[in-house]
Amino acid sequence: MNTKHAFRRIFAAMLAVPIVLALVPTSAARAQSVSAGTLIENTAQATYEDAGGPRTISSNTVSLRVDELLEVTLTSLDSGALDVGPGEAVLAFELTNTGNGPESFELIANPAVAGNDFDVRIDGLAVDTNGNGTYDPGVDEILTAPETTRELAPGEAITVFVLATVPDGIPDTAESEVELTANAATGSGAAGTVFEGAGDGGGDAVVGTTGASAPALGRMQAGVASVELTKAVSVSDPFGGTSAVAGSIATFTIIANVSGSGSVDELVVSDAIPAGTTYAAGTLTLDGAPLTDASDADAGSASDADGVRVDLGTVAAGTGHTIAFDVAIN
Amino acid sequence: MKLLGNIMVSLAVIAALSAPVAAQDDQGTAAAQAAPAKANPVTLTGDVKAVKTVTDANGIETVQLVQPEVIVPGDRVIFGTGYANDGAEPVTDFVVTNAVPGAVRLAPDADPALVVSVDGGKSWGVLADLTSRGEDGTARAATHADVTHVRWTLERIAPGETGRLEYPAIIR
Repeated sequence: MNTKHAFRRIFAAMLAVPIVLALVPTSAARAQSVSAGTLIENTAQATYEDAGGPRTISSNTVSLRVDELLEVTLTSLDSGALDVGPGEAVLAFELTNTGNGPESFELIANPAVAGNDFDVRIDGLAVDTNGNGTYDPGVDEILTAPETTRELAPGEAITVFVLATVPDGIPDTAESEVELTANAATGSGAAGTVFEGAGDGGGDAVVGTTGASAPALGRMQAGVASVELTKAVSVSDPFGGTSAVAGSIATFTIIANVSGSGSVDELVVSDAIPAGTTYAAGTLTLDGAPLTDASDADAGSASDADGVRVDLGTVAAGTGHTIAFDVAIN
Repeated sequence: MKLLGNIMVSLAVIAALSAPVAAQDDQGTAAAQAAPAKANPVTLTGDVKAVKTVTDANGIETVQLVQPEVIVPGDRVIFGTGYANDGAEPVTDFVVTNAVPGAVRLAPDADPALVVSVDGGKSWGVLADLTSRGEDGTARAATHADVTHVRWTLERIAPGETGRLEYPAIIR
């Protein structure tokens, strides 16, 4: 009795499993492919009349098991070239399991793409664990070699990051590409390649039209800003001329131009007061606007002992600032 | 997942034992497999074939019906049903109904005159005359993917007569 009941229960459980699985692709995700391992069963029935009256008959049931299709897509999530400077850069990609079974994907990043003006150094590959689209150090999982994602459900997409270091000394507008490739962990190769018994749900795994391998390029362009300082002086003497004599006033003009692309941070322009001259108090200006001589809330300070100092902060490429001050010739 | 996989394998074995695919069957052998004639003089024999395009050495493509080995979404299969009247008397009003498995859709090149249902077998007609409801509840023309059943009607099958009915399907 007990054995019989136990057997029945097991059998009922076995029957219940594929029914639940078979419902998933049709009801939950209609647009999606049938899941690997699904059993497709077909039975025909007929009714007819003969001398004995109406009759009903059924055919045998034919069944097919759906095998696992290995497919993947990978696309760069960066719109156009990523603006980079020397130091860390993060490229983002979207990886989608377009197959019909749960699958892991191995990721390979190649920084040496033909035509690169410079090559970055790959520091690691990370998965956007918290799904916010931005690489968060310490939060997003860094994959260890061989860099392989967790199993992705059919249709599931994740964001992966390539963490790179851009070398020093690259010129502005220099370009580089990193090629990231995702390969199905079960296998990849020519479309139609069969991995027997390797499919989810007990069937085979078959390479689809993507070859179960997807490459994507992440582009970078160096945005390097450079600063050029131009200093000029004009002298007016007490007699209305331009001679440098005692009592003449010399006006120094320093133009700071930032060129290239991006911006420079914490740009500070300083200049010593020339020997034999005395700073003319209250003459420091930035872009024509006066600055106090004291070292205080405004950007500038000036004194005989310490010279002129103007903190320009962050300056975008393509812009410039003009600093001017007067000295009296002793 | 591992356990589930094992259960699926066991189940597949059971399914294979209890419902063998009529593999090498064709019209000629259908009669030989007939059930005892008295209870039901007519037999139905189901089979499924994969549609495969084969290119020979001369680059000429031929379409072959082969035993399905590897089946993945997008593949095309033909579900066939052979019938045979092994009785001594004709039968009439022979109606064969085939529920289309949920994991496949009727292929777009199915016979336009095929009588189908898009509502689980409640109403019937050729596809062009049927409507279906979209996800928002509004009516729209039914498509091949909406078909839930196919049906064939034969007025009469003479004694000894055999035939074959089939519909093409694409794995969803």
